[in-house]
Amino acid sequence: MIEAPTETTQAARVRAAWDVLDTVLDPEVPALSVRDLGIVRDVLAQGDALEIILTPTYSGCPATEVIEHDVLAAIDAAGLGPASVTLRRAPAWSSDWISAEGRKKLAAYGIAPPHVLAVGEAVPIRFFGRGRKHEVACPRCGSHHTERLSAFGSTACKALYRCLACQEPFEYFKPI
Amino acid sequence: MQSSIEIDRTPATQYLLRVADTCLILAQRLGEWCGHAPVLEEDIAMANIALDLVGQARALLTRAGQIEGRLHDEDQLAFLRSERDYFNLTLVELPRGDFAFSVLRNAMVATWMKLLWERLSDSSDAELAAIAGKALKEARYHQQHSADWVVRLGDGTAESRLRIEAALSELWRYVPEMFDCDEIDEEASAMKLGPLWSDLKPDWQSEMGQILSEARLSAPKESAFQSDGKRGRHSEHMGYILADMQYLQRAYPGGVW
Repeated sequence: MIEAPTETTQAARVRAAWDVLDTVLDPEVPALSVRDLGIVRDVLAQGDALEIILTPTYSGCPATEVIEHDVLAAIDAAGLGPASVTLRRAPAWSSDWISAEGRKKLAAYGIAPPHVLAVGEAVPIRFFGRGRKHEVACPRCGSHHTERLSAFGSTACKALYRCLACQEPFEYFKPI
Repeated sequence: MQSSIEIDRTPATQYLLRVADTCLILAQRLGEWCGHAPVLEEDIAMANIALDLVGQARALLTRAGQIEGRLHDEDQLAFLRSERDYFNLTLVELPRGDFAFSVLRNAMVATWMKLLWERLSDSSDAELAAIAGKALKEARYHQQHSADWVVRLGDGTAESRLRIEAALSELWRYVPEMFDCDEIDEEASAMKLGPLWSDLKPDWQSEMGQILSEARLSAPKESAFQSDGKRGRHSEHMGYILADMQYLQRAYPGGVW
């Protein structure tokens, strides 16, 4: 006889799902798990199935569909299925949602972690101009003597920088 | 050959399609820079901005299809309408021109989109408000990046200054369409779907004024020319860009990667 799911087995299943999500890596920034990135907003037990709520980082992020697929595959492989993914747009993802652990992992991976944004802060137009310096620390040598090369790096979520102290180029995860 | 779909031209649908199509067509134009920008970093930046715009267009087209109520999905709306059923600003369909032309257009459109997204994030339509809340953050980066380039070109070499001045005089005649109001805006505003486009004008003029003055340029006189892409009446360039975009879906209906 199959037992009906009880409160406790459901809670254990949700907890196990969160642990599994800690192992699903972002395909564009494989130093981070989807949990570190802060895009997993909730895991709900809905009757027989799990519902995983994800908030995409950027509107046009090509990784969104890959992440959905990887999340479901990992949940299935752990025997926690069936599960479904729901995309939730509001509130919009912010780089402030990257966990403290995630920030450390980014820096260790060679990507400068984003500055913390005050939520709802109105951003005035700033002009960078050539050679203007920024307060972004080099993830390799820690120097603040760095310059921005381009506002867009290998993906929309990163900018390209160069360290003027150690001469190494690096990426900066943009605050958004 | 896949035939065109008929859309229901209700004010709400048209209002959403005006914004969606402006994102979609500009994304297509920016995509043309891939492999052609003056430096690799800008090649990547153009493609990244295009990708954000495609994402915004996809979300808006999906929502427009739901509001329209004829079960048209984002792909059908993107690829299977006839020219008169696209409602983008004429400005974005103009050929990409040189780098100065493209970055100035990006600055003008991103400034406008930023102001529009700010207001749309208070839309009575919760889904549209959510799309806008996300897109607003992206538009800020687009505006900053392109404004920075307008300044570099305006305040750069004699050649870069000539180029950006030429772009300014070419593009400025398409500005009135960005703030021109009609019954579609009025309906949308009455149902609190979104703002009258004319409401965006003072802020846009002020922000563009800051960018141009930093670049040591000044805004040309307002043009009497009235472009009309937002009402489906396009420039001669629109047919060609649609042919490029639609060929695959027309020739191989429902084809997927």
